[in-house]
Amino acid sequence: MLAGVGWHLAVPAHWDSRRKGVTGGDRILIRIEHVSKAFGGIQAVDDVSFTVAEGSITGLIGPNGAGKSTLFNIVAGLIRPDRGRIFLEDENITGQRPHQLFHKGLVRTFQVPHEFSRMTVRENLMVVPAGQAGENLFKTWFRWKRVREEDRRVLERVDEVLDFLEIGHVADELAGNLSGGQKKLLDLGRTMMTDARSVLLDEPGAGVNRTLLGKLSEAIQRLNTERGYTFCLIEHDMDLISRLCDPVHVMANGALIASGPMSAIRQDERVREAYLGGGASGRMGAPG
Amino acid sequence: MELSGIAAYLVSFFTFVGIYAILALGLNMQWGFTGQFNIGVAGFFAVGAYTSAILTVPESPWHVGGFGHPFLVGIAGAMVASALLGLLIGWITARLRTDYLAIATIGIAETLRLIIANESWLTNGVRGMSGIDRPFAGVFQTLGLTSAMGTLIVVTTFLVAVYFLVERARQSPWGRVLRAIRENEPAAEAAGKDIGRFRLQAFVAGSAIMGLGGALYAHYFGFLSPEAFMPLYGTFLVWVMLIAGGSGNNKGALLGAVVIWSIWSGSEFFMSAALPDAWSGQSGPLRVILIGVLLQVILISRPQGLLPERAPKTVPFGKVANRKERA
Repeated sequence: MLAGVGWHLAVPAHWDSRRKGVTGGDRILIRIEHVSKAFGGIQAVDDVSFTVAEGSITGLIGPNGAGKSTLFNIVAGLIRPDRGRIFLEDENITGQRPHQLFHKGLVRTFQVPHEFSRMTVRENLMVVPAGQAGENLFKTWFRWKRVREEDRRVLERVDEVLDFLEIGHVADELAGNLSGGQKKLLDLGRTMMTDARSVLLDEPGAGVNRTLLGKLSEAIQRLNTERGYTFCLIEHDMDLISRLCDPVHVMANGALIASGPMSAIRQDERVREAYLGGGASGRMGAPG
Repeated sequence: MELSGIAAYLVSFFTFVGIYAILALGLNMQWGFTGQFNIGVAGFFAVGAYTSAILTVPESPWHVGGFGHPFLVGIAGAMVASALLGLLIGWITARLRTDYLAIATIGIAETLRLIIANESWLTNGVRGMSGIDRPFAGVFQTLGLTSAMGTLIVVTTFLVAVYFLVERARQSPWGRVLRAIRENEPAAEAAGKDIGRFRLQAFVAGSAIMGLGGALYAHYFGFLSPEAFMPLYGTFLVWVMLIAGGSGNNKGALLGAVVIWSIWSGSEFFMSAALPDAWSGQSGPLRVILIGVLLQVILISRPQGLLPERAPKTVPFGKVANRKERA
């Protein structure tokens, strides 16, 4: 069975019902409970709890070294927490491997784009769909027609994703030759090759030029509203954060220090202190 | 040289090329597709060769045997035995980085060679096993072919089959996942792939192919001794072939086998003709230096090999096909 192939840009019916449920009563999709992690003597994440509501674009900000990426890696299954638990809906997913979480609809991108360099952009996307018959060696030998038939359907979806992200012109280019921004789009594209419910974006805007950044944030917004993707993203670009995210959580020195809409965060004294140090009274800019 | 002598040489030449090409294809599955650094090819080669020999030779007072199974049973047994060895090593090293796989494979290959050399009840030790029959010699004889020519036909048939299966695997979603793992493990895992499982499959399949190469070697040569499975012949040459030909590219593996075997076997004539008598004992090491230098030249001047890896053609479908037509 090839999960999710034959999905189209138009919002499928079941998304509608799900989104109605969301607006009704903010269902919790990801719940982070008292998570802690130390590396040697450094408390990278210190008793952090927050939730990500279904259908939201939740932001996670904080100065460098605040523990955001560590927390992300814990949620995504790359690092085991010392203490605390992660729930995806009602299931405890603490310590599950990334490939297991993928099949539960929780996918991620990386701070530094993780493309498959010596594979074409098209192939980068074709890898993703789960349960392709051709991933079984014996089926590639003895069920070749079926494998090719499935590949054709995967390719249709690839084309939709390429169109959506407007990177169709580099489809046959090796991914390693793309610009940093295009690689970020490709990373995002890989999350679109599955029926993801929640996507963790680790600094989607880092190293992306203004033009591409606009495209990227538009893509995120459209995925959110048209397809009901829930996002949780780490970002340093405050413009991007205030444009996209509500609510926003702020971390500093491993701990969660503030949560709320960006307008409130901007006024928060502890946040200013964390960013600027020593309680200076400057405006919170775009650090890092 | 007489014409029949040249013909016999060519038969032997292409039989060796065929056997080494099979080994290179097996290594390509492990290293070229998946990035698994197996520097113990000789171990899988040896297990295949000895397994098939033990299963097929007549009874002998010098070593275990006397099963007298037919050739194809020997081949199947060789592939299964090598696959099991691959499964064991792959399973142990599955969670480790590829550098550890390298250490594990070379260690096990050397251990196996020492076992073969010392457990003479099993393999007749350094004196070697003889009397391994060439495949279907009787059938080829009635067709008026020598057993060597028959073996070349059998080796070529297996090579074509292996090439077909390995190339199809490369073009399939399975091969795509392997290359994704090679390129970026965390991203492949984030894309929902159980990388441990895929790596193990590639390693076991590659090992089975190497075992096949070993079995064919045993039946062509008719005699086995631990000498043949020194890292130089069993591992190093196969690696040079794959890298020279183009790792990741199955056609490159074939081309590499032809080119490197030409240079390797040609250098034997060249050295014996060109070296003064006093140096004749040094020709072996000099040939190794020659191959080593050649490898350096290739890595510097053409690191991707003679035939660099190319993305498999994807299936044509609506939009792509239309774009091509318009172009």
